[in-house]
Amino acid sequence: MRANTWAGRNKVEVRDVPDPKILNSRDAIVRITSTAICGSDLHLVDGYVPTMQDGDVIGHEFMGEVVEVGPGVGPDKLRVGDRVVVPFPIACGACAACAAELYSCCENSNPNAGIAEKMFGHPVAGIFGYSHLTGGFAGGQAQYARVPFADVNPLRIESDLTDEQVLFLSDILPTGYMGAEMCDIKPSDVVAVWGAGPVGQFAMDSARLLGAAQVIAIDKEPYRLELAERAGHTPVNFEEVDVRSRLLELTGGRGPDKCIDAVGLEATHGSAHVAAYDRIKQAVRSETERPHALRQAIMSCRSGGVVSVIGVYGGLLDKFPAGAWMNRSLTLRTGQCHVQRYMKPLLEHIERGDIDPTRIITHTMSLEEAERGFDIFKNKQDNCEKVVLKP
Amino acid sequence: MSRTASLAEGRARQDEVRRRGRRLGWASFALGVVQLAAPGAVRRLSGVDDSARSRAVVPVVGARELVHAAGLLTSRRKGAWAWTRVVGDAMDLTALGVALAHRGGDRRRRLVGVTGAVAGITALDLLTAVQATREARTSSVPAARGARTGGSVELTATTTIRKPASEVYAFWRDLENLPTFMAHLEQVRTTGDRTSHWFASAPFGKDVEWDAEITDETPGEKIVWRSTGEATVPNAGTVRFTPAPDGVSTEVFVVLVYEIPGGAVGKAVAKYFGEEPHQQLDDDLRRFKQVMETGEVVRSDGAPWGKRARKEFPQRPAQPLSDSELAKGADA
Ligand SMILES: [Zn+2]
Ligand SMILES: [Zn+2]
Repeated sequence: MRANTWAGRNKVEVRDVPDPKILNSRDAIVRITSTAICGSDLHLVDGYVPTMQDGDVIGHEFMGEVVEVGPGVGPDKLRVGDRVVVPFPIACGACAACAAELYSCCENSNPNAGIAEKMFGHPVAGIFGYSHLTGGFAGGQAQYARVPFADVNPLRIESDLTDEQVLFLSDILPTGYMGAEMCDIKPSDVVAVWGAGPVGQFAMDSARLLGAAQVIAIDKEPYRLELAERAGHTPVNFEEVDVRSRLLELTGGRGPDKCIDAVGLEATHGSAHVAAYDRIKQAVRSETERPHALRQAIMSCRSGGVVSVIGVYGGLLDKFPAGAWMNRSLTLRTGQCHVQRYMKPLLEHIERGDIDPTRIITHTMSLEEAERGFDIFKNKQDNCEKVVLKP
Repeated sequence: MSRTASLAEGRARQDEVRRRGRRLGWASFALGVVQLAAPGAVRRLSGVDDSARSRAVVPVVGARELVHAAGLLTSRRKGAWAWTRVVGDAMDLTALGVALAHRGGDRRRRLVGVTGAVAGITALDLLTAVQATREARTSSVPAARGARTGGSVELTATTTIRKPASEVYAFWRDLENLPTFMAHLEQVRTTGDRTSHWFASAPFGKDVEWDAEITDETPGEKIVWRSTGEATVPNAGTVRFTPAPDGVSTEVFVVLVYEIPGGAVGKAVAKYFGEEPHQQLDDDLRRFKQVMETGEVVRSDGAPWGKRARKEFPQRPAQPLSDSELAKGADA
């Protein structure tokens, strides 16, 4: 089959690789009909998340049709011909983490748990196409994928919704939703979201869905801010205004009640000298992150507020404003999304028309064009917000 | 007390401290170069651009950073050089404190930022220095989870499995199940009610086999066994099963003891125990948990060979295996 693979730092390549086969009895093989390029793929491709190997099939947002099931998957769970969306974290459904609905912390799905444990203290779940730290599972930017624990993970789509309407249930829609949900939003809340990329957009929509009074979008790309504004959110361009001052102005000096960091480790703003400091520390590998967005969110949030982190971080960050966090009674909440928890309720929201996931798609291309897709997404060319690939 | 094992662990920790020292060295180098090359920008950004004294101080601090860098990057005694950085940081913090007391408005804000940054760096320097010093003093402290006394090695590991103790016990008690998750076991054959015959390959480099007997057991709670007769590597073990506080799961505690023989096998065994035996046993228990909770050992494309723990690194690319690779199995 054809698959998009990591071919060294900042390079992806569509290659011929063997077709996936059933390796465990609860596996299924899915013929992929739609897959997407995610912001966190960029961190993998540019080498900030360690343990990538030449030839790794990448991609963790995908859906398609079941073409084969292992002997351990009961016919009541999944059958050949089913149309499914596959969540990016691989969960076993049986461990203590899965029992607590902390699917992205599954204790059994990562065969490389020893590596993850060294990095994170405790292991994390396996993730499709997301480095060897998270299991070394081949990803979904391909014609076919092997889906482990297929009896607990994929969501069956029985209605006639289009791929574009349901594909993002795989990752970015639940991720954005979880970011808003972790904020415990009250009707009077003003919610500020750092990053108006795809996850940020869905965090904004979800905050609104959960009843926020006002949602503020912080980014520097005018087209992303326009996209947010068209959906009813208030844009703040950090290249044009001082973010903290503007947020205070918008909230009567209180600061946003809830702040969502949908940027993660490669933030591009902040003052010049802090940026230089982080760049240097990152270059000498004594810090993995450039956490401007997180620092700014903590410093801007109102006292007693919540800072919810859904942007991806990989290792160590520096100059974390612990004083602000502790002295001003902030709550910090975070996590890789426990997608399986949110798929069904969000599918119902889509069916009811509460959320329109298709509003962020700007580019649809063939799998063969993946390299170009990465390029325009990474460099924000051609007003690119989200790329969907058709294998 | 374990000499070889603890020395190896100590060496690993020393390497880490040395690596961090090197990183600090490069950071010093970069800071020094910036302070020397663009002192004006540094003064403006840090909020001390209004003082004549800072005109002299910034390049001096830059030069000092270069000295730290040279020391950290070239000396093997990174601990001592890390302490010189801590002293330098303390000087910087004092100077910044003095500057802070005399400034207001935007300058003060910028100074607060810089002071925070320096405090962060100080903490990192202090950590490296303290660790480097402690390393030098206590590098013979044994590992917490295992020790080697004379010719024997003791390993411990533990995990929690979300199944009742009776079930976890029963699976282990059928000793023929052990090779499904223990990396170095090829086969265990039950030869009697309490006796068995074991075959192992890795980690000893060559195949070994031995007889074993269960010397003590409490159903649902504990199994104790030891090798009998002329075992190449005499060994013994205990596994305890304790109900976890959640009322559902079972805590599993394993202790393994190996006698290290003389000769070539002894050397191989000693070498093995100088490497990563804890990791091996931890991974064994992780697979035990997978088997108990999910029914089998989980495979990925990058690590397709299940229990072959020593194949965790290096991995193969995360792409599906070809038919011939699959047919060749773990030795491919
Ligand atoms: Zn993603
Ligand atoms: Zn699990």
